[in-house]
Amino acid sequence: MQMPEPDRSVQDRAPEIVRGLRSILAGEAVIAGEAELRAYECDGLTAYKALPMAVVLPSTTEEVARVLRFCKSQGVKVVPRGAGTSLSGGTLPLVDGIVLGLGKFNSVLEIDFENRCAVVQPGVTNLAISQAVDHAGFYYAPDPSSQIACSIGGNVAENAGGVHCLKYGVTTNNLLGVELVTMEGEVLRIGGKGLDAEGYDLLGIVTGSEGLLGVITEVTVRILRKPETARAVLIGFPSNEQAGDCVAKVIGAGIIPGGMEMMDKPAIRATEDFVHAGYPLDVEALLIVELDGPKAEVDHLIETVATIAAACGAVYTRASENEDERLTFWAGRKAAFPAIGRISPDYFCMDGTIPRHRLPEVLTRMAELSAKYGLRVANVFHAGDGNLHPLILYDANAPGELEKAEEFGADILRLCVEVGGVLTGEHGVGVEKRDLMPAMFSEEDLKQQQRVKCAFDPEGLLNPGKVFPVLHRCAELGRMHIHRGQMPFPDLPRF
Amino acid sequence: MAEGRPNEEAERVLAAIRQAVVQEAPLEVVGAGTKRGLGRPVDSADRLDLSGLTGIDLYEPEELVLRAGAGTPLAEIEAAAAENRQHLAFEPPDFGPLYGGEAGRQTIGGVIACNLAGPRRIQAGAARDHFLGVEAVSGRGEAFKAGGRVVKNVTGYDLCKLLAGSHGTLAAMTRITVKILPAPGKIRTVMVLGLDDEAAGAAMRAAMGSPYEVSGAAHLPAAIAAENPVDMVRDADGAATLVRVEGPGPSVEARAASLHALLSEHGRTEELHSSRSGALWRHLRDAAPFAAETGRPLWRVSVPPTAGAALAARIAASGPVRHCFDWAGGLVWLELPDESDRARATLVRAAAADAGGHALLLRGSVELRAELPVFQPPSPGRAALTARIKDAFDPRGILNPGRMYPEG
Ligand SMILES: Cc1cc2nc3c(=O)[nH]c(=O)nc-3n(C[C@H](O)[C@H](O)[C@H](O)COP(=O)(O)OP(=O)(O)OC[C@H]3O[C@@H](n4cnc5c(N)ncnc54)[C@H](O)[C@@H]3O)c2cc1C
Repeated sequence: MQMPEPDRSVQDRAPEIVRGLRSILAGEAVIAGEAELRAYECDGLTAYKALPMAVVLPSTTEEVARVLRFCKSQGVKVVPRGAGTSLSGGTLPLVDGIVLGLGKFNSVLEIDFENRCAVVQPGVTNLAISQAVDHAGFYYAPDPSSQIACSIGGNVAENAGGVHCLKYGVTTNNLLGVELVTMEGEVLRIGGKGLDAEGYDLLGIVTGSEGLLGVITEVTVRILRKPETARAVLIGFPSNEQAGDCVAKVIGAGIIPGGMEMMDKPAIRATEDFVHAGYPLDVEALLIVELDGPKAEVDHLIETVATIAAACGAVYTRASENEDERLTFWAGRKAAFPAIGRISPDYFCMDGTIPRHRLPEVLTRMAELSAKYGLRVANVFHAGDGNLHPLILYDANAPGELEKAEEFGADILRLCVEVGGVLTGEHGVGVEKRDLMPAMFSEEDLKQQQRVKCAFDPEGLLNPGKVFPVLHRCAELGRMHIHRGQMPFPDLPRF
Repeated sequence: MAEGRPNEEAERVLAAIRQAVVQEAPLEVVGAGTKRGLGRPVDSADRLDLSGLTGIDLYEPEELVLRAGAGTPLAEIEAAAAENRQHLAFEPPDFGPLYGGEAGRQTIGGVIACNLAGPRRIQAGAARDHFLGVEAVSGRGEAFKAGGRVVKNVTGYDLCKLLAGSHGTLAAMTRITVKILPAPGKIRTVMVLGLDDEAAGAAMRAAMGSPYEVSGAAHLPAAIAAENPVDMVRDADGAATLVRVEGPGPSVEARAASLHALLSEHGRTEELHSSRSGALWRHLRDAAPFAAETGRPLWRVSVPPTAGAALAARIAASGPVRHCFDWAGGLVWLELPDESDRARATLVRAAAADAGGHALLLRGSVELRAELPVFQPPSPGRAALTARIKDAFDPRGILNPGRMYPEG
């Protein structure tokens, strides 16, 4: 993975820079020893590693602002980091930069049931928000599988999703406000407890910006009252086509389930061996469909879904009869990644989204690619919204396998784009999909995105080397070429 | 479905903007022009008309997506969706009549550019939350796209969010992809009678904090309720607090019954069924209580729900005002009797800011909108960033200059 050419003049000043940081933050909040730095060398995408010059762990917004002002004055690059569960290498350190960890921002600041929101610091985990409001019957809806570990700041930066987002939306739909510190050290409050943005939707553009626009130091999320009841139903099919057909028919019938997940045979086998959720092992595809709401509605819809499933050729149907059983159904799906981790030394988790009706074709071509590369693949996906998670199994110690797995992954993502989908549904571009961006976006498209980056961080010091395959200088991006009253290529078709 | 034609039109838009860049001749960007009264008057002689970008070119009900030229009439999209028992869940309002125009003419592009949303905002989000993909031409005269045609996507920056609510000041959108969802089968409205604004706020918040999936919570003070086109509301003989539930039949009945029980602690309750509910919420969606006197300034104030009633009381203490609430108290509509009293306009602004929100002067004369800020004046940090974002898309101020802020 090619990262931006390190700036030697900065690297050479590392001791001086560490001293400068120590003048801002108390001793233990600046980490510079190699052994301690190792803990930050990578995130959930373990294939890529690097050691930063230092890791800083500020505990107040003011400290974050001072660190950023200092780094800007010294030309030091900054990589923000939450819990480090990114699967796209979003927090991969830079050797001529520092990592700014938000682990000390771990307080729930305010719970406001009347306005249905919670104000928290960015290092609070996703699950901790739901736990903090659980006693009153509330929860925070987006639920990434990593929710016990990942931070809400990281969720905002990645616009994280979860198994319930078809009905309840992803992070961006459940966010009311943030406090953001720009690379200049300016503190901006964006949004609040009201609903609409004043002026441009800065909250919308910051969400999913992967740590490239600013450091998030406070988050206001919307919390929801828990549904009265929730029931899940397991449905097994003899083929992926039939399972896909069932998903389309459920939605076609006007039902938006709370969750609708699908697993293929290798994923069913791996998760069942790991957590014993009671999944049938003699089916090719398994759906978990969850209905939530008032009891009358849930019972009615479970029936409807079962009828649709039967018509689509389901050979196994089992509805949860109590809360424990419902949670057991989910336990398997939520443990899918570690389950794969048990059967393979290493795995890559891909994250493309496709128009759902192309699923059978995509799975067939994925099987062909699996044969071509000689690497196994297991599939779990958010079936309702077409977000695939093919897990490519490989062994980093076997010579050449990492490269083969990377190529296999890239082929899958290009396939997603080819059928009308996108490179990433929820894990972000990071370094992992950075060089595939041109498969989806033209140069103009990417330049326009980078101009927005320039509006926030003109010197490109915040998390450079992520998201964009080519880094342009902001001055060059801003220039407009008008020559003798003409713009270049006026006749070139652009659409 | 006019395949192909939007592309030619989009080429024309690209050419027009390029020409405007070269000639340094700014453009006023319009769809059907129904909301030309929203925002500051634009400093430009020429208009860029996008109403020719028509036609739905992709609609896959089971994938929950629809794509259309930005100039496609919203009514056409809503009709196509209705045929499949689907809808735009953010309940786009039609503000045409607020400005003295006809209803039913607005385009999808205009709805997105103004990031409009109706009463269902509290449950389903605004236009921004349903805006999946875009093709557009920036003020640099460059065509670009962002987002995609699938409902879940985090590839690259979410430029759609910036364009939604940018009021045509960043780019001219040519093609738009939106999420489209199943329409509810049944609607019920539980009405609580005779509450004052504070008590109504408490009742609406109790409903929102319940597990009954409320999709609308509005309060009409007595004077506004008395003019309502729905007989049961009009005849309530006092204020009406309205709480909506939607969905499949059995579920709606169960939830409406539970809400009755919950809300009867707050006051006497009645129930409106589907047809009355439909008419009632359409009326509220379009801010129709304020469509009669189009010469009066109208403010749309967004605040935390708990702050709505006190804000309205503060304005009422300074003189006459017609007002009502949506979004469980988080959206306050304020109609002042006349424009001449600029001090009251200043008060609305200050009250919104003090309450942790912001105020939009949704309607006012050209003179008023040129003189007073239409959007809440941003903090210095925010203003600087706003200017840099404008610069990133439209460095020469070609598109709708002055629409949102005097500087650009
Ligand atoms: C087992 C497993 C399962 C997962 N399941 C899901 C899933 O279901 N859905 C899903 O969406 N994701 C999932 N993920 C991915 C990951 O958990 C999410 O992307 C999560 O949002 C990252 O949060 P984090 O706190 O770990 O962020 P980090 O990994 O620390 O950082 C992620 C990115 O955010 C930036 N960042 C972090 N904090 C801040 C901040 N305060 N300010 C500015 N930028 C910041 C970083 O620079 C980086 O670019 C999974 C990961 C694992 C390991």
